Amino acid sequence: MIGKILKDQHGHVAGAVPAGPGAARPPITAAHLRKDAWWALPLATFVFLASFVVYSTWAAFQNAHYFAAPYLSPFYSPCISASCVHATFGGGLPDLTFPVIGLLSPAFLVLWGPGLFRLSCYYYRKAYYRSFWLAPPACAVKDVKEGYTGETRFPLVLWNFHRWTWYVAVLFIVVLTWDALLAFRFPAPGGGATWGVGVGTIVMWINVILLAGYTFSCHSCRHVCGGHVNEFSKAPSRYGIWSLVSRINPQHPTFAWLSLFSVGLADLYIRLVSMGIIRDLRITF
Amino acid sequence: MATTSHETHEHDVIVIGAGGAGLRAAIEAAAQGASVGLICKSLLGKAHTVMAEGGIAAALGNVWPEDNWQVHFRDTMRGGKMLNNWRMAQLHAQEAPDRVLELERWGALFDRTKDGRILQRDFGGHRYARLAHVGDRTGLEMIRTLQYHGIHQGIDVYMECNVQRLLKDGDRVCGAVGYWRKDGEIVVFKSKAVVLATGGIGKAWKVTSNSWEYTGDGHSLALWAGADLIDMEFVQFHPTHMVWPLSVAGLLVTEGVRGDGGTLKNNKGERFMFNYIPEFFKAETADNIEEADRWYTDKKNNRRTPDLLPRDEVARAITAEVKAGRGSPHGGVFLDICTRRPADYIRKRLPSMYHQFKELAGVDITREPMEVGPAQHYVMGGVRVDADSTASTVPGLFAAGECAGGMHGANRLGGNSLSDLVVFGRRAGLHAALYAKNFGGQLAVDRGQVESAARDLLEPLERSGSENPYTIQADLQQSMHTLVGIIRNEADLKQALAKLEVLKERAKKVRVEGGRTYNPGWHTALDLKSLLTVAECSAVAALERKESRGGHTRDDHPYTDDQWGKVNVVLRLRNGALQVSREPLPEMPEDLKALFKERQ
Amino acid sequence: MATTFTLRLFRGDAKGGTFRDYPVESEEGMVVLDLVHRVQASQAPDLACRWNCKAGKCGSCSAEVNGQPRLMCMTRMDLFQPGETISIAPIRTFPIIRDLVTDVSYNYVKAKQVPPLRLKPPEADGTYRMMQEDIDRIQEFHKCIECFLCQDVCHVIRDHEEKKTSFAGPRFFIKIAGLDMHPLDTVDRSRFMKDAAGIGLCNITKCCTEVCPEHIHITDNGIIPLKERLADEMDPVVWLLRKFRGVKPKTNA
Repeated sequence: MIGKILKDQHGHVAGAVPAGPGAARPPITAAHLRKDAWWALPLATFVFLASFVVYSTWAAFQNAHYFAAPYLSPFYSPCISASCVHATFGGGLPDLTFPVIGLLSPAFLVLWGPGLFRLSCYYYRKAYYRSFWLAPPACAVKDVKEGYTGETRFPLVLWNFHRWTWYVAVLFIVVLTWDALLAFRFPAPGGGATWGVGVGTIVMWINVILLAGYTFSCHSCRHVCGGHVNEFSKAPSRYGIWSLVSRINPQHPTFAWLSLFSVGLADLYIRLVSMGIIRDLRITF
Repeated sequence: MATTSHETHEHDVIVIGAGGAGLRAAIEAAAQGASVGLICKSLLGKAHTVMAEGGIAAALGNVWPEDNWQVHFRDTMRGGKMLNNWRMAQLHAQEAPDRVLELERWGALFDRTKDGRILQRDFGGHRYARLAHVGDRTGLEMIRTLQYHGIHQGIDVYMECNVQRLLKDGDRVCGAVGYWRKDGEIVVFKSKAVVLATGGIGKAWKVTSNSWEYTGDGHSLALWAGADLIDMEFVQFHPTHMVWPLSVAGLLVTEGVRGDGGTLKNNKGERFMFNYIPEFFKAETADNIEEADRWYTDKKNNRRTPDLLPRDEVARAITAEVKAGRGSPHGGVFLDICTRRPADYIRKRLPSMYHQFKELAGVDITREPMEVGPAQHYVMGGVRVDADSTASTVPGLFAAGECAGGMHGANRLGGNSLSDLVVFGRRAGLHAALYAKNFGGQLAVDRGQVESAARDLLEPLERSGSENPYTIQADLQQSMHTLVGIIRNEADLKQALAKLEVLKERAKKVRVEGGRTYNPGWHTALDLKSLLTVAECSAVAALERKESRGGHTRDDHPYTDDQWGKVNVVLRLRNGALQVSREPLPEMPEDLKALFKERQ
Repeated sequence: MATTFTLRLFRGDAKGGTFRDYPVESEEGMVVLDLVHRVQASQAPDLACRWNCKAGKCGSCSAEVNGQPRLMCMTRMDLFQPGETISIAPIRTFPIIRDLVTDVSYNYVKAKQVPPLRLKPPEADGTYRMMQEDIDRIQEFHKCIECFLCQDVCHVIRDHEEKKTSFAGPRFFIKIAGLDMHPLDTVDRSRFMKDAAGIGLCNITKCCTEVCPEHIHITDNGIIPLKERLADEMDPVVWLLRKFRGVKPKTNA
């Protein structure tokens, strides 16, 4: 095969006698020769990612305990269906009822956004191609499946639309910041509202900061902000923003994990407060 | 006798060696419409040029507008102790800027000045900051640029192919015989012109910054083909290499460290270079620390630091300090940049040095001084060539780069090597192509010569002997290290020649195990022939020159002698015997001489 | 202080081969390549292995040490337990020549296919201006020493031989990135990237970055930005902005 390519190139890159079609790889059959615990990382990734998917799906189906005034679970924000306990924009979309499932949880109206953002994220792609697809499970360890098409076919080719999901993810940061601001407004004993800070407020702020860190360290963000420019000296402001994003881009995987935990824990916290299992400590002014 | 089977390739021009000079020659010859074969011992892009760190000297005048080719020419001649071929030094200084700009057009990314031009750095012996560079990996940038430009020029590249002998038709060359490293098959190149660009001879010494490829192939091929070699006594011992750990002893530490502010210190913390300023450079060298330190930022009102004296001076100074017991724990001296420049600056300007010390010695150069000492680095001597055409004394044979002599005189300035490669590489390619164009008559290869070369090639595999090629190589390196090192004398040199005779006899009894498929033992055995040849040339020439000058220091003749400043030591092979003669240098014209009279 | 290790070296060629053990002593500061040379000088003079600079600059001595693609000259012996048995195999993605030497001509074929630089016209004085910030990003890619460890570890061709025709590999993605982001370049390489270089086959699992001895961020700074450049074609926001700003597209290779 290589021999043929060489011929097409008019032989101008003569190697030390180029390898012909029959040229064989080193006769080593082992799938890998690594001696370290290469399997530990993909295994841990698998366990944590799978746990999150299971928990978030379960939480989305609950359609309850996602609001404990003034905290709204990030899984249900923005809450935009008529049946919302706490409607973000006054509640507009009609409720949908399906056979078997019953009333559609408002979580499903919004979860596709962040879900697709993470699913098409360059870091998560690496994580799940290694831990779920096992292509490859680790470096210099053989792919488990024989055939391979990478990201050239449906559905994986769609991940090239990651940028679109990033635009959506930015909107979510706006909404969640609004939620976090509302988390300073507590219902006053005699009606109306009063300012205050609770543990839930802090939980929601940590969450939105980590999510923002994840969203703005994104590779697509880096490209949109300035990565597309070839002559930085002619576009100083884009160069400045690009440099900033480039500084946090190496932390993208860290933000990916921390924000994954924070979003799950924020939901769990609000759920437990709303169920009355734990009491939210708060100070009001 | 049965004919040895072999493949044959025919070209107008073959270029032996694919470092900077070879690649540039091949590109130029192809541009002239010649069919070009480029032959290299390693894979393309791995040649020793890759190791060059500091930069490429060219009077672009981007940092100091006062700089021009005359100043560069003058610095080069003075650095070479006036023994350079003046015309080569002139062409080099005049053409280097164009060659650098050409590299940029072909994709090289040199570090930039504030106004977007090529940044230049200070280096030993250069009056102004003159070295275009990319951090401390300039050679890599240069070879990649030439390589990726070259592969689109229709050049046939023969990788991992060793040339063992040049073929001759009467007086002129007509090709070469070699073998494929991959399978040991013999290959014949028929060509009208041959360009030698094989680099240096460093593997004859024990502690060297040179890679295994530097076995003096081009020097030997030319000598065997009847060409003259000059200046073979001038071997550059670059002053700063790693001395520890032992396994990396000889690994280069770029002069850029000193160019960027690093200083040499002995174990008492003294900046000892102030004690070693020779008369020749007194007028232009700072004699106190304050002036030396001011010079980095104000070159007009201060004289340069003695840390940046030419390499031969610094190497001798370090040797003297170590001998006097003022050396570092592992037998070198200290090179300190950590107390003089901020850590970020060091990492940005000297990334390879930072990694090299960090990963191989566990030393953080932003916090600790480096331990450094001299090692064989370069040979000034080489094939005697015509300055303008790079033609050797054998018709059809051209030489460029380190394997050509004359350009650098008795000592090469840092940064002048990379510029030498592209300036004379281009000239070699151009003139080889022109020679091929005007080639008259038939290109005929004598089967007898091919057969005899093939027999020599296969001998180590077939004969009954007991010598191990690696052992002979190690013994040769040890002898040259102790007897033909930085400081020489008559007794040592005579002893070296006697040892070389013994080694030559032993080399005839080398027997290698295994077959012809990629057999490094066999390759090492075959390289011994050229290695022994250049070692002998170097020792013979060193014995002949009874003075000290540049890269040749005799403790039995410690002074520079004006009479010796007028001649080259020339070596040639006649009827199998090495002949030595002293021949006058070409006379420099008056207008250039005037450049040396003006006040500095 | 000398320590003894056992090198388990692959000996053989395409017809067959096996790992053989060689006990060898190591001194302080030594690297794997030093020990391989010791084996060569004393026990196996015909042991085939490539090397040149022994300083991590030429990228010749690539091998798989304990199954990990590495430069032998930059792998220090103090990485291992004293007395450890260390396996050294040739890089497995390419056809074997003998012992530790493989035929890497795949890479030279791919190198030639990359559309080269074509510059804008120069300034009035015939030279070019580039600012340091314009080239910082691509200078990183120029650090590549062509050791081909990234090509070796890339599972697209390591585990799927048939992809060698349609995939250029990480080394050439950063080559393309270096050309495409060049401030003076005028060539559009997007077709080439997609079709001939097969960038879609890369699933960004980042092993190339992990093994790079020059610590080039091949994936984050090279491959992903290229994928993003291709994604511009499908981004309505970018399309609108370009229309608005009147940006001229590069021309085809």
